[in-house]
Amino acid sequence: MPDAKHVPLSRMEAGQSGIVVQIQGGQGMINRLGALGIRPGRRVTKVGSMFMRGPVTVQVGNARVAIGFGMAKRIVVDLG
Amino acid sequence: MNILLMGNPNVGKSVIFSRLTGVKVVASNYPGTTVGYTHGYMKLGEETVEVTDVPGTYTLEPTSEAEEVAARMLDSGDVVINVIDATNLERNLYLTLQILERNIPVIVALNMWDDTEHLGIHIDLDMLRELLGVPVIPTVAVTAQGIKELVESIPGAASPETLVRSSDERWAAVGQITEKVQQIVHRHHTWRERLGDASVRPLTGSLIALVIIAAAFTVIRLIGESLIGYALDPLFENLWAPVMLRLSDLMGGGGFFHDVLVGKLIGGEIHFVESLGLLTTGLYVPFAMVLPYIVSFYLVLGLLEDFGYLPRLAVLMDTIMHRLGLHGYAIIPSMLGLGCNVPAILATRILESKRERFIAATLISIAIPCAALQAMIVGLVGRHGVQYVAIVFGTLFIVWIVLGLILNRFTRGLSPELLIEIPPYRIPPWRTVSQKLWMRTYGFLKEAVPIILGAVLVINILYVLGVFDAIADFTAPVITGLLGLPKEAVTAIVVGFLRKDVALGLLAPLSLSANQLVIGSVVLAMFFPCIATYVVLLRELGVKNLLKASGIMVVAALLVGGLLNLILQ
Repeated sequence: MPDAKHVPLSRMEAGQSGIVVQIQGGQGMINRLGALGIRPGRRVTKVGSMFMRGPVTVQVGNARVAIGFGMAKRIVVDLG
Repeated sequence: MNILLMGNPNVGKSVIFSRLTGVKVVASNYPGTTVGYTHGYMKLGEETVEVTDVPGTYTLEPTSEAEEVAARMLDSGDVVINVIDATNLERNLYLTLQILERNIPVIVALNMWDDTEHLGIHIDLDMLRELLGVPVIPTVAVTAQGIKELVESIPGAASPETLVRSSDERWAAVGQITEKVQQIVHRHHTWRERLGDASVRPLTGSLIALVIIAAAFTVIRLIGESLIGYALDPLFENLWAPVMLRLSDLMGGGGFFHDVLVGKLIGGEIHFVESLGLLTTGLYVPFAMVLPYIVSFYLVLGLLEDFGYLPRLAVLMDTIMHRLGLHGYAIIPSMLGLGCNVPAILATRILESKRERFIAATLISIAIPCAALQAMIVGLVGRHGVQYVAIVFGTLFIVWIVLGLILNRFTRGLSPELLIEIPPYRIPPWRTVSQKLWMRTYGFLKEAVPIILGAVLVINILYVLGVFDAIADFTAPVITGLLGLPKEAVTAIVVGFLRKDVALGLLAPLSLSANQLVIGSVVLAMFFPCIATYVVLLRELGVKNLLKASGIMVVAALLVGGLLNLILQ
């Protein structure tokens, strides 16, 4: 474990909040997420996730974004 | 002059567009691309100027085809009205800076201005104007607040010197601007937010979905049946039928022209489904059987769309849709397909990959019956009992799932993951709901009614020429042998190319058993889509994939029809 406070978005609890520290993906994924406001340095709050590895919904700024589970696994959040 | 309306998705561009241009909206499709956009015209002083509603985009960096189109369209514009969601200033300003870098005159419409207050957001307008160097007009598009000022400030659109930045530099600049102009006061969640968040959580989300879907069905049926039972049926039976009988008398009660206009009398009476005259069946099917359901379906769909429910349904359905080779957002074209397959197949453009679009379009054209066909199924099959209607819809649903599983297994390519913004719940503004309902209803009247009349005419001519008899003899082994239907039922399948509603009506005079009617309905729904859908499929999929989809349609329809025949009879 690099840092106990660093967890993938998919493993956060509903209601937990943290700062995005890393997006483990290609430039395409980084751009797509960035355009929706999810990029390193931004605070995200998990709203909830659907069962059976369904999408994870987060609040970022005043917007809510639903992210597929596979993508959410690769967004690292610092719970600080 | 060409004014471009640009901004992030779902910030109210189209509402501003319709405010600016009024009702004279001409919808057109950009040739050869995946995204449609709309043109309109408005008066600016003495001049008539063109306004273009550009598809929503988060960035001009081409991360998707839609954004590429938006970026390219910038070159054709003279002024950009950049519509910004005032409640999401930071994210929206990224696009604003990108547009400013292109050295095109810009004014900013700070829309949803009324929402900032109860969200505890305060924006310093003067500071924002100064920092951006362009006019900034607060607007509330749904109530027309600020639209007049917006129009008046179009001549003041400015193109300040802006340096071209890298993505990171731009985000940093956006951050600085937001820091200076925006203050957020902490506040409590509203009930709409709580409800909104509850619908993307598993347990509450499923419950909410069940309630909404049940309510939607009930309301659609209630409105549709009431319109038919209390208004349209009495109108046709009590007022129109006597007129038709009179006309029949005047025309001598028979002959080719009599049959084309009035149709065949059945037991000396007009039978609005079976007579098959232009003025009887040709009017009764579209106006008294289909139109009521079109109105009620699109009213409910419009409310769900404007309330903001559909993206939440997409989140809920995502896991299931992945099994079908799609992601959750594909539920939106599928829902549209329950109205009409044509806009549904166009809407598959919101899906990112070719593979998804092929699977979604194929599934829609095979397993999702349009409102017109549904209305006829409810009207004709429903006479034998609601359980038969349930068998038809249940079978189509199973086909949708099983075919999706199969297509997912055998279609090459990747299906990307869901990534969507979930809009806040909003109280649907009646103006946009009623305008959309009118446009969709008018679209049905303008496009479907002529084809229905044409279909009735063609049926009459083909009957006289004996073409149907020849086809019926030729296809009898399949129709009778495999499907267990009388050989004349093939007429319905042939006419199904033109319109499925009229086609299903052709099964009525064949005195089929309830089970035969079920088989006929399912096969008709699954077999080739109507010609309008076919044209769109060709444009969206290309010849090769269309042929592939057509093959799947024929095989699936015959297989399922044959199976039903084995099970039911």
